[in-house]
Amino acid sequence: MERYYQPEIECASREQIKAWQDERLVKQVKHVWDNVPYYRKKMEEKGVTPDDIKSSDDLYKLPFVTKADLREAYPYGLVAKPLKDCVRIQSTSGTTGKRVVAFYTQHDIDLWEDCCARAIVAAGGSNEDVCQVSYGYGLFTGGPGLNGGSHKVGCLTIPTSSGNTERQIMFIRDLNATILCCTPSYAAYIGETMKEMGLTPDQIPLKAGIFGAEAWSEEMRQDIQNTLGIKAYDIYGLTELSGPGVSFECSAQTGMHINEDHFIAEIIDPDTGEVLPEGSQGELVFTSITKEAFPLLRYRTRDICVLTREKCPCGRTHVKMSKPRGRTDDMLIIRGVNVFPSQIETVLLNHGYPANYQIIVDRVKSTDTLDVQVEMTPEMFTDNLGEIDRRQKELVDGLRSMLGKAVRVIDKRKI
Amino acid sequence: MSIKQLSVFVENKPGTLYGLTAVLAQNGIDMRALSVAETNEFGILRIIVDDPYKTATLLREAGYVYSITPVLGVAIPDVPGGLNRVLQVLTNERINVEYMYAFLGGKESDGAYMIFRVADNAAAAAALSARGIRLVDQEEIAAL
Repeated sequence: MERYYQPEIECASREQIKAWQDERLVKQVKHVWDNVPYYRKKMEEKGVTPDDIKSSDDLYKLPFVTKADLREAYPYGLVAKPLKDCVRIQSTSGTTGKRVVAFYTQHDIDLWEDCCARAIVAAGGSNEDVCQVSYGYGLFTGGPGLNGGSHKVGCLTIPTSSGNTERQIMFIRDLNATILCCTPSYAAYIGETMKEMGLTPDQIPLKAGIFGAEAWSEEMRQDIQNTLGIKAYDIYGLTELSGPGVSFECSAQTGMHINEDHFIAEIIDPDTGEVLPEGSQGELVFTSITKEAFPLLRYRTRDICVLTREKCPCGRTHVKMSKPRGRTDDMLIIRGVNVFPSQIETVLLNHGYPANYQIIVDRVKSTDTLDVQVEMTPEMFTDNLGEIDRRQKELVDGLRSMLGKAVRVIDKRKI
Repeated sequence: MSIKQLSVFVENKPGTLYGLTAVLAQNGIDMRALSVAETNEFGILRIIVDDPYKTATLLREAGYVYSITPVLGVAIPDVPGGLNRVLQVLTNERINVEYMYAFLGGKESDGAYMIFRVADNAAAAAALSARGIRLVDQEEIAAL
């Protein structure tokens, strides 16, 4: 039987959801108009005032917010509450120059954790469960978000964070973890490691996994489900909007329910900005209608996907989004880390390499790999193999410190 | 006393060496000795040729990355213990060999030769000469 964390919200009628959205959007627009000069200026430029927004039907009148706005307004330009009312920041991996820093009031954190709790219950979680959170903790939203959600559900929470796979497996086995939260590629890696240890799915106590922060295929879901003997659920989110839990999968595993009491979703034509009808593929745009400290109006995610309001067998009434099918820009997501070619270029130039390179993204054994092929120049070449090796390691270290992980460098003469 | 070795950067993939030897063949360059040091991803081809300057120009024009490395050429008597004697001298002088490779002499020669890459060519050359070990120079290599 399907269980819900907040059934009265998750299974509310469409009329009720619309009523919440209407009321909250009007209030939110007034809130940003009064408190965020950056928004007021953008709205004035478009000739819109809060009086023009009478319901969610008027959403299209508002200007878009993009990542460029977030960077321009860094760090406080979009904060809508006095800092004394804010209790936390989280941050993106900060890949194209400045990081995005998102602010939270205690109320914002509560609502975010509610969203994560909905995802955990949708994956079958309850206070009988032991939930191991193997997302990174810290500025990254993955760990803190699922950790908070797990507490709300009442799971016994194991905050392992990411890395140290042997220890991850030890805790899963010794403490009988039943739910695993991490990136899908890490789940696949844990699964492969367990397999190498000779463990069969029935010897692994896990029953469900909540995996997100990077793109993964249906094929990969099947692999993870078979290796670990679990049901694998997708979860979606952005630091800009709160973190994981903006949307999540239910037992139907046919798309992620967007928490529409907190976020209004639109699909637009990325070229014209025109709102597209339900079922169209386009760029996903979110408006956060309950966030106090860091509200975003019509934030362009650059994720390409499709929305559907078809009745879901799980009983939830909130709109479902497909897995993102691509990005509107050239950003790569490697093991959950945002990677931009421009960043790689900066590191190469800093190490004396020419800006002539190739980036090859692949997936080997369910793990994202990023190969950077650089040119060997006469200036850098030496007859000493050890010296070339040392320089290559320096470059890899440089790339790793900027990108986090997943980098290998190959010297190539002809590109 | 040193010999000019060409060290060429080569990608580790099929056809790379062929491309390089084709350039040399088309331009009548005669190789005396060759050795390859490799990693998983790339290698360094080390060659001794009859005309190092002409070869360098050809390689540059063909887009290869290379450097010219001074190495020592040593005539090794073709008898048991021949190399051992050379290494004994270098060991006594505490001269480290970074790498070395052997090649046979030309049509008229009955001896073997070895190329040594050491940190200090002059010291090694002096020590070897003092023990009666014969070094070969660029001209002799070219004439082999």
